[in-house]
Amino acid sequence: MDLFEYQGKQYFARFDIPVSAGGVADTVDQAVKVADSSQYPVVVKAQVQVGGRGKAGGIKLANNADEVRTHAGNILGMDIKGHVVKRVWVEHASDIDEEYYASFTLDRAAKKHLLMLSAQGGVDIEEVAAKDSDAIVKLHVNPVEGLSAAVAKKAAIDAKIPAKAQDGVADILVKLYRCFTEGDCDLAEINPLILKPTGEVHALDAKVSLDANADFRHPEWDEFKATVELDDREKLARDKGLQYIGLDGFVGIIANGAGLAMSTLDVVNQVGGTAANFLDIGGGANADVMASALEVINFDTNVKSIFINIFGGITRGEEVAKGIVEALGRVDLRAPIVIRLDGTNAEEGREILRNAGIPESKLVSKPTMLEAAKAAVEIAKK
Amino acid sequence: MAIFVNENTKVIVQGLTGGQGKYHGLRNKAYGTQVVGGVTPGKGGTDVEGIPVFNSVAEAVAATGATASFVAVPPKAAPAAILEAAQAGIGFVVCITEGIPAQDEARTFNTLKRDFTKTRLLGPNCPGIISPGKCNIGITAGEIAQPPTAKGPNVGIVSRSGTLTYQALYELKQLGIGVSTCVGIGGDPVPGTSFIDCLAEFEKDPETHAIIMIGEIGGSAEEEAADFIKANVSKPMSAYIAGVTAPAGKKMGHAGAIVSGGKGTAQGKMDALRDAGVKVGLNPTEAGLLMADIVKGLG
Repeated sequence: MDLFEYQGKQYFARFDIPVSAGGVADTVDQAVKVADSSQYPVVVKAQVQVGGRGKAGGIKLANNADEVRTHAGNILGMDIKGHVVKRVWVEHASDIDEEYYASFTLDRAAKKHLLMLSAQGGVDIEEVAAKDSDAIVKLHVNPVEGLSAAVAKKAAIDAKIPAKAQDGVADILVKLYRCFTEGDCDLAEINPLILKPTGEVHALDAKVSLDANADFRHPEWDEFKATVELDDREKLARDKGLQYIGLDGFVGIIANGAGLAMSTLDVVNQVGGTAANFLDIGGGANADVMASALEVINFDTNVKSIFINIFGGITRGEEVAKGIVEALGRVDLRAPIVIRLDGTNAEEGREILRNAGIPESKLVSKPTMLEAAKAAVEIAKK
Repeated sequence: MAIFVNENTKVIVQGLTGGQGKYHGLRNKAYGTQVVGGVTPGKGGTDVEGIPVFNSVAEAVAATGATASFVAVPPKAAPAAILEAAQAGIGFVVCITEGIPAQDEARTFNTLKRDFTKTRLLGPNCPGIISPGKCNIGITAGEIAQPPTAKGPNVGIVSRSGTLTYQALYELKQLGIGVSTCVGIGGDPVPGTSFIDCLAEFEKDPETHAIIMIGEIGGSAEEEAADFIKANVSKPMSAYIAGVTAPAGKKMGHAGAIVSGGKGTAQGKMDALRDAGVKVGLNPTEAGLLMADIVKGLG
């Protein structure tokens, strides 16, 4: 789950990482109110989960209420790379002497935490890496040992952070590491991490991605979940407890298992079609789950055919077939189904589908994944 | 021969009295696996259809001589269960649990690496391991796996995905090709056993003559495997990578299946494997057929 900047800053604050005082606003009037209670000048920042906000005109400095009114009016409703701005963050504008970069992620290859620290912040870190890879210090942290203040200080020295900022940076690194580990982040990034004329080090931006698997121990994440942007299809799928990702194509996909579902998307693409979604119904494909899946697919008006790709391992073919027949009785589908049912007891399953009296205009059965994909794409193109 | 497990492997099930543990533990036993005990704190002294239940792994090991453990407990309890098994001297731990936080996984992996170097963890979030005809630990349907033949050629399978593993087993069975061992390493960001660990074992295993590898988007495990194959694997291989069309920035069902910052794409992985001399199929069936060709050539 990716957080908006303001949520990231709220999360940082829980771990005592210094951030600017400010507040969120959904309307121009609210923005002025927040600005008035912060100290002018203020910065008005678009809250969207996409990079390049500044270049797109989504971050503006305002010296007084009139300017806040103008900028907030322009930014709210603005389209930044397909993301419509619904909310702005208004904070006191910081005086900046220098800009740094700091982040923690999991390095999957090394199976350890990775600190990246650079004295060149405020710009895209990928660009810094491409131009001068020595400008970024990469340090692995063993998750069992954690990050000590001494190691953090050494990282700051190695990154050529000026002496006057080293202690401040090291202190924030230790706090950011706590946020990353105890806060169950996939990513905790500060860019820029600024040095103020007063000598204080401070997070001017926040990019935080949370690990959904750790949801059970973070009741405080509920407020973040409320703002996750889902399209209507994804909302319906979430309400029904399905693993669904909306896409732009015309063939609705239902498969059992994440790997098989990904593979199904690929095969549809390979034979010239496009998938409307990713949907994994998991191991047990009973009638309830199948009916829910078909309802979600049916909700998507782009869908012209539905490809159900089931491989029975422990799930048995006849149970899947019974589930589909029962689900068809509950959901009135707009698009025809092409099914590939294979694996344990697949023949019994196909027999049940054949004898269910479903017309061929509504359900076609194919023996292999490739043939089924071809049939589904052909129907979608008609 | 087989890798990691064989007909002598004695297995306990941590969570045998729970829904998943009971269902799959009994299936594994029915397959012929030596399931010698279960562990559920507080239920020691009882039994599940004749399989004795113990309060701790240490007690279970002392009473049964178990060498492997099947961890089928919820995400909150799984890391402690894995470490308890390691502490009790279990050498091979299979964890099927899906949904363990990545931070817990990273800590567990590194704790094993530091303190319990004799314990190998398979998973989490994996279907388990089957050496057809000998031992099945996990959720694989044993009947879709073709046992190996004495003279071969037999194929080893290693995969990140459960259903695609079944698919591969099934395709090989249809083609009448025997499987030495099939290992599901799981779809999480920090798997205990990597592709490379399995490839190294398959390379050493005299019963394995060729290898199928099934990967997916996210991370760089397939690229690392490709480097390893180039330098260390002499046996012929075919492969399939799922997720060519997956959109960037989305976790595709598995916690580890995500393309981020242009890294971890299926195309990059396929290129790396081809470059290492692996025959790469564009779908699972094609990978199976490529393997059939390889096996024919081995005669």
